[in-house]
Amino acid sequence: MIEILKTLEWTPFLISFKLALITTLILFFISLPLAWYLSQTRSKVKPILEALTALPIVLPPSVLGFYILWALSFNSPIGQFFDEVFGIKLVFNFTGLVVASCFYSLPFMVQPLQSGFQSINRNMLEASYISGKSQFQTLFKVALPNIKPALLTAIIVTFAHTVGEFGVVLMVGGSIPDQTKVASVAIYEFVEVMDYTHAHIYSGIMLVLSFLTLLGVYIFNRTQNSKFTGIHS
Amino acid sequence: MINININKPLHGSAGVMDLKVNLEIKSGDFVALSGQSGSGKTTLLRILAGLEEAKGTVQVQEEFWLKEKFCLSPQKRKIGFVFQDYALFPNMSVEDNLLYVCKDYALAKHLLEMTNLSELAKRMPNSLSGGQKQRVSLCRAMMNRPQLLLLDEPLSALDPAMRTKLQSEILTLHKEFGTTTIMVSHDPSEMYRLSNRVIVLSNGKVINDGSAKEVLLKTKGSQKFSFEGELLDIIKVDVIHIAIIAIGQQLVEVVIGSHEAKDLVIGQSISVSTKAFSPTIQGL
Repeated sequence: MIEILKTLEWTPFLISFKLALITTLILFFISLPLAWYLSQTRSKVKPILEALTALPIVLPPSVLGFYILWALSFNSPIGQFFDEVFGIKLVFNFTGLVVASCFYSLPFMVQPLQSGFQSINRNMLEASYISGKSQFQTLFKVALPNIKPALLTAIIVTFAHTVGEFGVVLMVGGSIPDQTKVASVAIYEFVEVMDYTHAHIYSGIMLVLSFLTLLGVYIFNRTQNSKFTGIHS
Repeated sequence: MINININKPLHGSAGVMDLKVNLEIKSGDFVALSGQSGSGKTTLLRILAGLEEAKGTVQVQEEFWLKEKFCLSPQKRKIGFVFQDYALFPNMSVEDNLLYVCKDYALAKHLLEMTNLSELAKRMPNSLSGGQKQRVSLCRAMMNRPQLLLLDEPLSALDPAMRTKLQSEILTLHKEFGTTTIMVSHDPSEMYRLSNRVIVLSNGKVINDGSAKEVLLKTKGSQKFSFEGELLDIIKVDVIHIAIIAIGQQLVEVVIGSHEAKDLVIGQSISVSTKAFSPTIQGL
């Protein structure tokens, strides 16, 4: 057992976690204004934006992967544009994986943030505006510090969900060793060649890591919820 | 001088009605705003704060806060607003709640001293009682030295003793800062104690406007005293009827004739008054 662990190829895990980290970071900055806007607006565009944001939850990853592949490939205008202007190829490499993951995990960042913002007592935000503070200041000084549990949930779930990605990653990234072969794809390939020992070890590691992450979130949320009462639950 | 001339459709329990208010309020006045729930009091306050849109004009001194398409943002109006549910920032200490508005340490210290909160400066809002929270909220509202102080039923969640205490603090602050204050209230004694003008709204319109004494005192003509209350029960004893009436927190019995008893319905709002004798008042 120890022998196997010593010779274990860790790169797929590293790629998985690197991908999840970068995706989470990018999504945090994209989702923050989006979730804030959705939580505050009464505009008629809101349901359309909400539906678009939630699409990746409903769509089969293969559908999403197919569209992303089609949109970013060398033959499409977007793919050509990035290739010619920035010299970046967006499919079958790590950059492509990040772009695809951002689409795929978007709802997992936006939705907890949005419901967190919506749970804040409106009077509290209005008190901040009356105190002369802008939306921006109110967001960072009042709203965010008071939705810490939702914030953490959003970050961790997005991270975990990206680590757990399979379909989109396989379609957009292919399975190029050391580049786009993430842990979930590696497990799939082990099973395909009936190498159950490695499949077990990889799966076991994923299981334990995922459980520990979620456990951490729930423990943190329990302590936070008892600390705050400014939030209507 | 504050000139208010606004119009806004309201969706009340009785369908759509228009909030239509035309008022002129003198600088330094303490105005109590009263009326049944759903009559538009809170909406009027929110329009003055810039938290809700309306048609018409709001002019404070020479400056327009609302005029046709133009609406000054709440950030730029010099107002203080005290919410019924305090709306303190739970992530900041008492002191930081005040300093968030403006970094005027001397003013924050002064306000906390005035309201006996100095010892609680470092505490988090969660650990405070309702009365303490509302005091913090009041102090926070004064931090930007408001021209206009808006209080939306600030004391209705507090017990009577705490109310009386906070009423005097509100009055002290109102005088010291020379603000114009508008307070929504349901409590006649509170309005009488604090305000120099009482405005009563009903279905979005002003139905009564005058000094606290003119509006609130219910005695008419030669009546010696008069109370409003609710008729709880009518008991027939031999040939007379006894009405049980709730006046405020007290129950009283009043002997009534059989004619009167026929006309009254249990549960109805009534006024009890007398003309013939002089009531005696004794200290308790």
